[in-house]
Amino acid sequence: MSVVDRQEWDVVVVGAGGAGLRAAIEARERGARTAVICKSLFGKAHTVMAEGGIAAAMANVNEHDNWQVHFRDTLRGGKFLNQWRMAELHAQEAPDRVWELETWGALFDRTKDGKISQRNFGGHEYPRLAHVGDRTGLELIRTLQQKIVALQQEDMKETGDYESRLKVFQECTVTRILKDGERVSAVFAYDRESGRFFVLEAPAVVVATGGIGKSFKVTSNSWEYTGDGHALALLAGAPLLNMEFVQFHPTGMVWPPSVKGILVTESVRGDGGVLRNSEGKRFMFDYIPDVFKEKYAESEEEGDRWYEDPDHNRRPPELLPRDEVARAINSEVKAGRGSPHGGVFLDVSTRMPAEVIRRRLPSMYHQFKELADVDITAEAMEVGPTCHYVMGGIAVDSDTAAARGVPGLFAAGEVAGGMHGSNRLGGNSLSDLLVFGRRAGWHAAEYAMGVAERPEVAEAQVNTAAAEALRPFSAETEGEAGPPENPYTLHQELQQTMNDLVGIIRREGEMEQALQKLAELRVRARRAGVEGHRQFNPGWHLALDLRNMLLVSECVARAALERTESRGGHTREDHPTMDRAWRNANLLCALADPTGGLAATDPARGQIRLTRETTDPIRPDLLALFEKEELVKYLAEEELYE
Amino acid sequence: MSSYEARFKVWRGDVEGGGLQDFAVEVNDGEVVLDIIHRLQATQAPDLAVRWNCKAGKCGSCSAEINGRPRLMCMTRMSVFTRDETITVTPLRTFPVIRDLVTDVGFNYHKAREVPAFVPPPGLGPGEYRMMQEDVDRSQEFRKCIECFLCQNTCHVVRDHEENKTAFAGPRFLMRVAELDMHPLDAAAETGLDRKRTAQDEHGLGYCNITKCCTEVCPEDIKITDNALIPLKERAVDRKYDPLVWLGSKIRRRTS
Repeated sequence: MSVVDRQEWDVVVVGAGGAGLRAAIEARERGARTAVICKSLFGKAHTVMAEGGIAAAMANVNEHDNWQVHFRDTLRGGKFLNQWRMAELHAQEAPDRVWELETWGALFDRTKDGKISQRNFGGHEYPRLAHVGDRTGLELIRTLQQKIVALQQEDMKETGDYESRLKVFQECTVTRILKDGERVSAVFAYDRESGRFFVLEAPAVVVATGGIGKSFKVTSNSWEYTGDGHALALLAGAPLLNMEFVQFHPTGMVWPPSVKGILVTESVRGDGGVLRNSEGKRFMFDYIPDVFKEKYAESEEEGDRWYEDPDHNRRPPELLPRDEVARAINSEVKAGRGSPHGGVFLDVSTRMPAEVIRRRLPSMYHQFKELADVDITAEAMEVGPTCHYVMGGIAVDSDTAAARGVPGLFAAGEVAGGMHGSNRLGGNSLSDLLVFGRRAGWHAAEYAMGVAERPEVAEAQVNTAAAEALRPFSAETEGEAGPPENPYTLHQELQQTMNDLVGIIRREGEMEQALQKLAELRVRARRAGVEGHRQFNPGWHLALDLRNMLLVSECVARAALERTESRGGHTREDHPTMDRAWRNANLLCALADPTGGLAATDPARGQIRLTRETTDPIRPDLLALFEKEELVKYLAEEELYE
Repeated sequence: MSSYEARFKVWRGDVEGGGLQDFAVEVNDGEVVLDIIHRLQATQAPDLAVRWNCKAGKCGSCSAEINGRPRLMCMTRMSVFTRDETITVTPLRTFPVIRDLVTDVGFNYHKAREVPAFVPPPGLGPGEYRMMQEDVDRSQEFRKCIECFLCQNTCHVVRDHEENKTAFAGPRFLMRVAELDMHPLDAAAETGLDRKRTAQDEHGLGYCNITKCCTEVCPEDIKITDNALIPLKERAVDRKYDPLVWLGSKIRRRTS
């Protein structure tokens, strides 16, 4: 075994999207020497794809907005399963996090009086999303990237080295979090370009790797979303929370096939776009669930008036939370009222002048023109649900973002669970990244600088991690179990399985089938072989990512099978209603295999152990923000009178 | 749905050298060049190196040269080619090859660090910034940049002139200087930083002879030359004599 290069840092941040970069900025500003490690080039992370905006109750457009209203909307959106303290902190701190971006050079769209403009979005009572056209994620990532460069310029002035206190290791992948006893000690990584292994030693690691969408066939997520952080935490001994909740965004492109799943921003609806079926009917009026009846318009006329006069009219049902809209589209297509390519119609062309569409939705205009030959100013788009976001994630402490059970491990952004409950509202992701990215960076720095003795990194752990990473190159020689497998084929089978059997509508039998198939894939994945050498070899990278996707997919399937109700991003055909008894139930996934996932696992039992726990009761002053009549729809009797 | 078999030539190799490799590969309705590269990976060349990410023209990762023209692979539809045309895909020429279609774009990250960051206005706290839409429009156009580096790749100042790389920041980062210079609240001047002067003195604005190649390849349709570089030149020239601006005013743009 060759000697693996080692470096010492105070805090290592895994992932360079919004949460990771915000965490790194905070850790560095609090004095911790911080390394960021990311799979793509710096500035290309998936956050760049976010379109609509950042939800923050700044009250720039509607003066009635405040953090309490935002908190209420977030809990309603998540069907009251949210880790309420996170939702509270999020609603309270989001405005400061947005304003701070301006001091780093961000340029948001403006109101007439020169403040940050805010737009309407599904589930938000008031116009709340700070935005830049429909490229808000790009503005966010670029601003954070440029802030990091600004800090590096400061360090250059003081130390003569841009990277003395804050360094980005781009195009590198972490395959293991190493530990000294219970504590985090380092990450093991490889450089994608050269294939070289290295270890970054640090007492604190912030996981900010985003989501898991690449386990599904139709997804808006990029190749990076292979559940790395979820898997790294599991393997390090931290539990994952409520993994059954996967958000299918209602509007992804459905044609041509090569772009199926690419996102069509919710801003299209926020700015006036409507959904119609093949009969030309605005079908969303038929799908307003009881819990939302009082809050949404009953007629098209009322819905249309709301855009101009929101104080005296109710919002149109196209702006229901995403889970509701996705299910409705699914039902329409199933009932034979879909569009030619199996979606429904999303139309702005009859709703606003062409030049307004081009100004407010420039990337959508561009995207449809370039990729589908559709001019959205003249005709309707065809859209359908696409796997977009996972609400489940690493179980964390609300205030500190510390992962449960593993000292030194922190998590923020999509990879962390709890904040969004069973369904995330649009716009709450970018604000989540900023609020909890900052908190994770802050507490990781505090923890790292407070440790009396730096943890030790055992050579044996490094060697084991290296052997695991090299395994795909020797797969052929292991012979007897069967022929080597093509990682691309395995990946396609996994995506098809999750899409068909653990997708938007779930059934007990299908999920059991999925678990069988996952067990089979797990065995075959151990024979995933690759050609060529270690230098920039995508086949090898995918073979290693398969471990993560298989682990995370099993979590989703097991938790989904266990939760016998429908709530948010979890819809059971065999248990179609929300059950108040499940309102305060969290499902936790932990690694069952004591060897840490290295040995072949038993196909039937799987790698994951599931436990159920009861959530903390919602603090009374927060409960008091809701009317009793609303709470009875969600909370069990005994919760109401406690 | 109609499928056909297309002929591709893809550059394969590394820093030691390499060459074009021939492939015959299936193409389906509505596909883009990146789909075809992925199909080659999945079926014929599992270790074919390519950089990509969003596959929707938003991240700027999959830049390459397709039939000699710098483009994003994810935004180049197969339907722009005829079925009997051989499609040649090569890595960006201006940057050193790492492997196959992946190049070392580190040049751009070094240049990014050399542009002094936004300077917040003293006396204005977070939440107190007031800017009119018409005053942020100009800088917002430049902030649409997805950093695909196609402009950096195509700019002839550095495309075949390695020796100019030290002195010249390239269109993307000169545009960054323009963006900050036009930012309504940037307080660089108050700290003694003259952004216009640095464009000329430190980032090599004078090398640009406004042939607009950068604008032509920009997938975001940013008018880099007209809206960023020329205004920067016009403002810089007040402070420093620029022979190219003088020259530009005397002769017409040459056809290249």
